[in-house]
Amino acid sequence: MKIHLKVWRQKNRHTKGKMHDYTLTEVDEEMSFLEMLDMLNLQLAKKGERPVEFDHDCREGICGQCGVMINGIAHGPLKNTTTCQLHMRSFKDGDTIYVEPFQAKAFPVIRDLKVNRTSLDEIIAAGGYVSVNTGQAPEANTILVSHEEAENAFDAAACIGCGACVATCKNASAALFTGAKIAQLARLPQGKKESNKRTINMVNRMEDLDFGHCTNTEACQVECPQDISVLTIAEMNYEYNKAKLKD
Amino acid sequence: MALTGLFLSFFLIIHLIGNLQLLLPEEQAHLQYNLYSDFLSTNFLVQLIAYVLYATILLHTIDAIYLTIKAKKASGAGYVKDKRNRASKWYARQMMLLGSIVFAFLVIHFKDFWYPYKFGELPMDANGNKDLFSLVITSFQELWYVILYAVAILSLGFHLLHGFFSAFRSVGVHHPKYNQLIKSIGVVFAISLTFGYLIIPFFIYFNF
Repeated sequence: MKIHLKVWRQKNRHTKGKMHDYTLTEVDEEMSFLEMLDMLNLQLAKKGERPVEFDHDCREGICGQCGVMINGIAHGPLKNTTTCQLHMRSFKDGDTIYVEPFQAKAFPVIRDLKVNRTSLDEIIAAGGYVSVNTGQAPEANTILVSHEEAENAFDAAACIGCGACVATCKNASAALFTGAKIAQLARLPQGKKESNKRTINMVNRMEDLDFGHCTNTEACQVECPQDISVLTIAEMNYEYNKAKLKD
Repeated sequence: MALTGLFLSFFLIIHLIGNLQLLLPEEQAHLQYNLYSDFLSTNFLVQLIAYVLYATILLHTIDAIYLTIKAKKASGAGYVKDKRNRASKWYARQMMLLGSIVFAFLVIHFKDFWYPYKFGELPMDANGNKDLFSLVITSFQELWYVILYAVAILSLGFHLLHGFFSAFRSVGVHHPKYNQLIKSIGVVFAISLTFGYLIIPFFIYFNF
């Protein structure tokens, strides 16, 4: 199939970027979106041009490295899917596809489609440590965790930190990401000791960074590859208010 | 934002109940509405709450402006092709616009009723109370004024449709069951208030 691409090209964060037009003629519908970009890069390399830079790692939808705006939607037209799990069968022969980097002040463009998402790591780092017993392997039932608790915690822990929530939010808020990280530990008995400090530090760090405020439009969950619930944001607010009252 | 919004939502219920007295038979509505208005402007406790209300409106507005500026700064340069709208409701994204319409309406509302009642010269009714009823009835004889009200009330309705449940989320209600319940109550609340407030200007326009 023939695909027309409009790709954002930007040399570095200090230069202005703009859309460039490319056409690929032999795109296979079984290709993943990233394989299609590989194909474009191969053509560019053969012509001696600089390839389009984009983030990727596992290409299995679990690492959270890939992530671009495809036709104005984070990770493209399919809901709850990473860019690498989007395949060209989702497009038609002759389609024009816009490919842009995630946009947010907290995600400065490094080059082309590659953005710096260190700010998300900074939020996690602000959470600090979780106290655990060390030494010999503990007896399995020392800390009781019900199946429901474990599943609920894992629902939040499934966040892969791709940043689609920030990119899709009209306020560029990182509330879903931070909410997921806080809820993941808040739903388990481990780490309770640091719970209040962790929540306050993570939320304050999020506020200090260049993210906007959550206004509960719920767009983040729709585009989140892991379908992280917006209720984790409410849970973060609950944990934060609770921690502030005890602070 | 959430706490001020919830307080204002509560006020909207009280304000509507008071104003629904305008729908009573004319004779009764006339005297009762003026008596009620007199009670509101002379009772100490109501006066105290009124000042809290004015402060709340200002706080809600200042907070909204602050959050909008923060969001604008955080959003980056924007996208060449932007289809992010598919993931959320239009009224959830346009809370600032809807709120601005409501605020502009509030200025007109205060200027037309609150100011003349508090500081202007109004004729007295049979019971010796200021005749706010006649002022309200006269105002709603104009079709453009009724339409202005309808636009403002519809904006308020959509503002509440998102704002009500959003406020509960912001204060931390995160149980899936109760969230669904709050969302449903929010829809009923927004529709009831919109309908209740809309009926008054149209009732007056067509009946007087």
